[in-house]
Amino acid sequence: MAVVAREGIVRFRRLLDRAEVLGPVFMAPAILYMVAFLGLPFVLAIYFSLTNLTINNIQTGFSFVGLRNFIELSRDSIFQQALRNTLIFAIASQLLSIILGQLTALVLMQNFRGKAIVRVLIMLPWAVPIALGVLGWKWMYDSLYSIINWTLRAFHILGPNQWPNWLGTSNLAMVSVIIVHAWKAFPFAAVVFMGALTTIPQDIIDAAKVDGAGFWRRTFQVNLPIIAPIVSIGLIFSTVFAFTDMSVVWLLTKGGPINSTHVLGSYAFQVGIISGDIGQGVAISLSLVPILMVAMILTLRAMRRREI
Amino acid sequence: MRLGRFLKRMGFYTLVTALVIFAVWPFYWMLVTAFKTEHDLYNLKSIPYIFNEPPTLQHVNWLFNNTQFVRWLWNTLTVGVMVVGITLLVTIPAGYALARMAGRYSERLGIGMFLTYLVPSTLLFIPLSPIVSRLGLQDSLWALVVIYPTFTIPFCTWLMMGFFKAIPIEIEEAALIDGDSRLGALAHVVMPLSLSGILTVVIFAFTLCVQEFVYALTFVSSTAQKTVTVGVPTDLMRGDLFLWGSLMAAALIAGIPMAIVYNLFLDRFVAGITGGAIK
Repeated sequence: MAVVAREGIVRFRRLLDRAEVLGPVFMAPAILYMVAFLGLPFVLAIYFSLTNLTINNIQTGFSFVGLRNFIELSRDSIFQQALRNTLIFAIASQLLSIILGQLTALVLMQNFRGKAIVRVLIMLPWAVPIALGVLGWKWMYDSLYSIINWTLRAFHILGPNQWPNWLGTSNLAMVSVIIVHAWKAFPFAAVVFMGALTTIPQDIIDAAKVDGAGFWRRTFQVNLPIIAPIVSIGLIFSTVFAFTDMSVVWLLTKGGPINSTHVLGSYAFQVGIISGDIGQGVAISLSLVPILMVAMILTLRAMRRREI
Repeated sequence: MRLGRFLKRMGFYTLVTALVIFAVWPFYWMLVTAFKTEHDLYNLKSIPYIFNEPPTLQHVNWLFNNTQFVRWLWNTLTVGVMVVGITLLVTIPAGYALARMAGRYSERLGIGMFLTYLVPSTLLFIPLSPIVSRLGLQDSLWALVVIYPTFTIPFCTWLMMGFFKAIPIEIEEAALIDGDSRLGALAHVVMPLSLSGILTVVIFAFTLCVQEFVYALTFVSSTAQKTVTVGVPTDLMRGDLFLWGSLMAAALIAGIPMAIVYNLFLDRFVAGITGGAIK
């Protein structure tokens, strides 16, 4: 008996030594986990979006309604507003964070006294959990005690009767959430740029200098083509995060005033979780999929370009 | 010429100062707020940036004595540790398989895994809720323990793969020739060599968990089960009034240590996204 068992163990061990057996065994937990908690919910999302499922009829039974949820969305003015806001929010905050990130990278590539501490301080917005960092901004934007207003008034940028209500007026609220997201994202952009710039071989820079290329020419015709594939993946990721995020908006305005700052994520949360209209909420979430597909294709392209 | 250089330096330091002020302004204001007396805080006549009355510990005391703040910290730690455990169990074998054994599909599989990191919580939170309740985990920390690996696994598998690829295969082959089994070689030779990589994965998985907000907001609603990122913004108010002093104290106490640890590993994290392998 014992001999047979030991032989079994030995055979099992040998089997595990073979790469074509051990490989799949090692991959299985990761793949199963992702299928169960990422693949399955995604399929469920598509299924739910075709039903009239709500928090009330989840026990009693719900029915298939075809594309009704999507048709209703196309007529929903809040959804259209959220879609517009998502585009504005993502593009504006990305542009702002790229500009600030570039400047930061330029600064931090130089050597100066106190650089280490400057670096830590500039990285704080990105490193602190977003839900906690945003709270500081919420207090800075306070309608009565805004320190931003106090400061602007101290520098005479605001007149004696001006006291903007940052989160309480539609346009200003949109500007406010964009600033906060850019504040959170720009250190990441900076690190991506720095990481990419350090990969440029020094002899290429020297060669370009010897050939008489000036600063702008070196930046755009030498550096940029080299760093583009590396930078693009980082930027694609942060763009996706900007398109799909709801934390900044939710914590600052909950989509208000009067839905003027809702983005797709926060509106999906409002409809699907808070109001409990699951079918409709999921349909809103699914409108993020095209953005996601484009991002994935672009990432794949960038990865391929980098390998060449 | 000299004036030109002077102006250039001035411009440079102005830029540095401006960037630092933009980054740190909210934190400075949080710090001052956390230690100001109520009277000082809500007095519009005085300069808000300084302490016009002596600083006080009343907000910090209130936070620790009258709220569940410590509980939230503990919950966050629990979720973080559990998720790190699951992540290591899943990603060490997966990363190893992708680096060494999965054959011609390994690269596609690795990239596919990496791309799932892009799938956002705002896409999945609604359909995950029936799954969570089917598992009997509504309004429980354990819902987060189950869900968080969906964003730690993709990224950490990718990182682990990079670390394993960086280890010369000859070292492993030598162990195999010496009669070690493949699993033995992994445990005795490869793992000890990739300890710093494993530590990186531990830090990342943990910080990603601590930073998470959307799933925690969706799946946990009772005060005792909240993590710190949800408890602080949703529970620290009296009626409609935000308790700014305690809120700011809580955000700083929970946020800053995390940020410092994260800072130390920032370069590796970015290299992971943009480079795949770490040098």
